[in-house]
Amino acid sequence: MSTASFIEVRDAEMVFSTKKGRFHALREINLSVAKGEFVTLIGHSGCGKSTLLNLIAGLTLPTGGSLICDAREIAAPGPERAVVFQNHSLLPWLTCLENVHLAVERVFGARETKAQLKERSLAALALVNMAHAAAKRPHEISGGMKQRVGIARALAMEPKVLLLDEPFGALDALTRAHLQDELLKIVARTHSTVVMVTHDVDEAVLLSDRIVMMTNGPAATIGEVLAIELARPRNRVELAEDAKYVHYRKEVLDFLYTRHGHVEQAA
Amino acid sequence: MVSAVFHSPAGSGSEAPAPVAAKPVPAAPAPVLPKAPRRAFDWNALLLKVLPPVIGIALLVGVWALLTMKGGSFPTPAATFTEAVKVFSDPFYSKGPNDQGIGWNILFSLQRVAVGFGLAALVGIPAGFLIGRFSFLNHMASPLISLLRPVSPLAWLPIGLLVFKAANPAAIWTIFICSIWPMVINTAVGVQRVPADYLNVARVLNLSEWKVITRILFPAVLPYMLTGVRLSVGTAWLVIVAAEMLTGGVGIGFWVWDEWNNLNVTHILIAIFVIGIVGLLLEAALVAVAKRFTYEEV
Repeated sequence: MSTASFIEVRDAEMVFSTKKGRFHALREINLSVAKGEFVTLIGHSGCGKSTLLNLIAGLTLPTGGSLICDAREIAAPGPERAVVFQNHSLLPWLTCLENVHLAVERVFGARETKAQLKERSLAALALVNMAHAAAKRPHEISGGMKQRVGIARALAMEPKVLLLDEPFGALDALTRAHLQDELLKIVARTHSTVVMVTHDVDEAVLLSDRIVMMTNGPAATIGEVLAIELARPRNRVELAEDAKYVHYRKEVLDFLYTRHGHVEQAA
Repeated sequence: MVSAVFHSPAGSGSEAPAPVAAKPVPAAPAPVLPKAPRRAFDWNALLLKVLPPVIGIALLVGVWALLTMKGGSFPTPAATFTEAVKVFSDPFYSKGPNDQGIGWNILFSLQRVAVGFGLAALVGIPAGFLIGRFSFLNHMASPLISLLRPVSPLAWLPIGLLVFKAANPAAIWTIFICSIWPMVINTAVGVQRVPADYLNVARVLNLSEWKVITRILFPAVLPYMLTGVRLSVGTAWLVIVAAEMLTGGVGIGFWVWDEWNNLNVTHILIAIFVIGIVGLLLEAALVAVAKRFTYEEV
């Protein structure tokens, strides 16, 4: 089963037509992700990694090629592909529990009783250690906590794929490390298929089964794919001196800075 | 002489802005006897908050008193205050359609405002939602709005009289058409400014259109909408006085006109204060509602 591709991207191309003219963001993207795999997309800012994630999410549709998830073409966003947004995107007028509940209600509302739905929402919050803040509104909790609730909202839908768009980008280093560890535990428990966008090399190596490295835009494509063969569960402290870990890290750095250094800031 | 004139207006001044300055009267003597501030209560802060408005009102009344000192057709603050006490001692008498107490006049005006404004909200808010949500409608409506919005309220009154053939519906119609624009425009702007992230959340969760409206659009637009409502109520209250002057009947605007015909300037001044205070109360009430419903930005 694990060899069969769950997400299949074939020859995807993305051209945005803006006021300044056409912008060729992505070309010839070919990628397949197996069920239960953790894949990260890494690249310099502006390389279109978030665009690729949005294509998989169905938030934008490609101008060429096709995307398939679980043997069905991706034509629109849907709860089976849950997205954790970079800026958490919790609704400020709802409590944490209500934010999660909104998602739960949509996915399971037709089949389950109200008590069951509430239990699911609470369980999702408990999974990210946020049960204590169920009744709080987003402005009352810290950035890291908001991101956790965002993850809880995504996980509560029991998605086939979890799409993470630089989920820890706005957090301080310690909080980020903590949430990475928690994400690892959660993914190990739920066997989720994950596609994550990041620009953090350590994060990519620590979390991924494979790292997809993207060339610089415009017209970015996949430059290289690196398989990370480190045993799980992974421990960041032990891995820091692990020869394989250091080697993988060097590979990614080499790709990003030696071969595809950020040429110009424009664009 | 001057000090005597100054004292009585101080009473009428504190009577007028009753809702805001209920406390200043006991606090006013404080500057005369400066006491050492107590530990438990910050008298200085209270003083700084209360004193400026009191000075402002005192200044108005003082200037008014100075200008009317020599007599003439314009009543003094003291005379106005005594008359106001008389008028308000029996606000709900009724001696035929043209002679009713001030309470009735205010209530009739408020009722017209409520009906006209309520209808405007009923039409304007949904219209604003549609205009904000669909750019086709936006392009369609924006020239109409730009064309009709600057028209003076009273220009609509003849149209109302023509269509409804009665004064009361015509006044309500004028309120309706004048107070609808701020609600339409603000609601539409609010809908257009709903953050794209929230709508993306809705798309990923695949929420039904109903859920999108109740859980995302409506709460996100509510603060904008309430700003529109506030502006609209202000406009409605402005317009009602003018409309009633022309249509007659029972109402604060008609009362002003009637007292002008009686050359009772004191009553006109009382009416001006009453109109101001009622407008202030309407505004304060809606600000309170708006505060209750605005959410903290994340």
